[in-house]
Amino acid sequence: MKFLCLSCDEVMAFAERQLPGDGTLTAIFTCPACKREMALLTNPMETQLVTSLGVEIGGRTVPQQPMQQTRMGLDSPLEDAFEAPVTHPVARGPVTWAAEATERLEKVPSFVRGMVKRIYADYATEHGIHVITPEVMDRARSDLGLEGM
Amino acid sequence: MDGTETDIDGEAAGEPRKVRGYAEVSHETGSELLEQVLGQRARVSARLGTIGAIVAIASGKGGVGKSAVTANLAVSLARRGARVGVLDADLNGPSLGRMLGLLGSRLVDGPSGVVPPAGAAGVLGISTELLLREDAPLRWKGPHADRFVWLGVTEAAVLREFLSDVVWGELDYLLVDIPPGTDKIGRFLDLVPDPAGVLVVTTPSEVALSVVSRSVAMLREAGVESIGVVGNMSGYASPGAVQPLPLFSGDGIRRLTESTGLELWAEIPFDPGMGARTDGGEPPGGSDDSLFGKAFQALADRVERGVGGREAAP
Repeated sequence: MKFLCLSCDEVMAFAERQLPGDGTLTAIFTCPACKREMALLTNPMETQLVTSLGVEIGGRTVPQQPMQQTRMGLDSPLEDAFEAPVTHPVARGPVTWAAEATERLEKVPSFVRGMVKRIYADYATEHGIHVITPEVMDRARSDLGLEGM
Repeated sequence: MDGTETDIDGEAAGEPRKVRGYAEVSHETGSELLEQVLGQRARVSARLGTIGAIVAIASGKGGVGKSAVTANLAVSLARRGARVGVLDADLNGPSLGRMLGLLGSRLVDGPSGVVPPAGAAGVLGISTELLLREDAPLRWKGPHADRFVWLGVTEAAVLREFLSDVVWGELDYLLVDIPPGTDKIGRFLDLVPDPAGVLVVTTPSEVALSVVSRSVAMLREAGVESIGVVGNMSGYASPGAVQPLPLFSGDGIRRLTESTGLELWAEIPFDPGMGARTDGGEPPGGSDDSLFGKAFQALADRVERGVGGREAAP
């Protein structure tokens, strides 16, 4: 969706979004050359259509939560369908170690090896990974900020 | 109107008015709509990149047993050591949460998305059944007037989130149960244009034949190469039976394979006991040597050969 200022032959730039709270939406665009303004006004059905696309005119100011549209859109949601992550997630399938990963783990000092192993196992469980490989270990170190391990 | 008269092709009666069209305007508007849509597609691709094979179970026709086939195939593959996930794309009539024994399980908010629960044989699953209050129909918030305008878009967005925002991890197979309606097959292909395979489920019923044939045509038009026919309820298997008894008078399965030239990947008999176990959240799949079990062993064999999920997994 673009708006062209016919007087200047310039694409009008998005300037501001307003949500009056009645289901309607106002998006203001400005011509960068002549500064003329125009407002796009949508009715509730049109606003819902944009919302259903999972986009916000003007871009998102805060990142979307995973499955945000599903969570926000359901009319009769199960209130405790989602739970916060646990420190030590329950196993959701067996996690096994590839030989190369085990070999690498054995290089970790023995007094912290158990803890390190648990961190990688928890990471794998949380990410639905069933086999821990050296690549998974690298990714976990990067994601968790454990570059020293 | 600005007073300019135009003919039916949009040309002014005098000098044609030159207005640049959308494609001629490359300047960004700052609305960031296109960027957001492209970002959504990129997230789907990134998430599915760790999945060996995405296999859709479709029909076009309702009541042919797609969900039961999906659940039993999933556990059959999982018991062979494959990592399997199931996405219940039947948002309005979900049943795979129950069939996979997932009811009561919670989805966990993780740093990179929503971690799905594991059910029968360790199969991961997502279904609106896990998100809705018991017995509540699926309804979406929004203006009641002209609901049809935005409802399809909303459901497509939810399906997209099931693909992109769920932490599927490194799976060998993601099975997607497509609801009835050839349009739902199209919606799935919009999001996953190149599935490793599609299983088309039908029954011997003549009524199913015409609907399923249309689905096959749609899949072929979309360029899906690996399509297999699953003849469900191909007979009645009583406990200990050596041969299934006829259940339908029609011959729709054979006629479908003949008319489309598609290969029959499996014929699955109706077995009330196995059906009850599936409904109870413990799908038996190919766990024994019953006619039902053998049928799912054969189907799992064929899926492994036909779509190569385990070999394709990273």
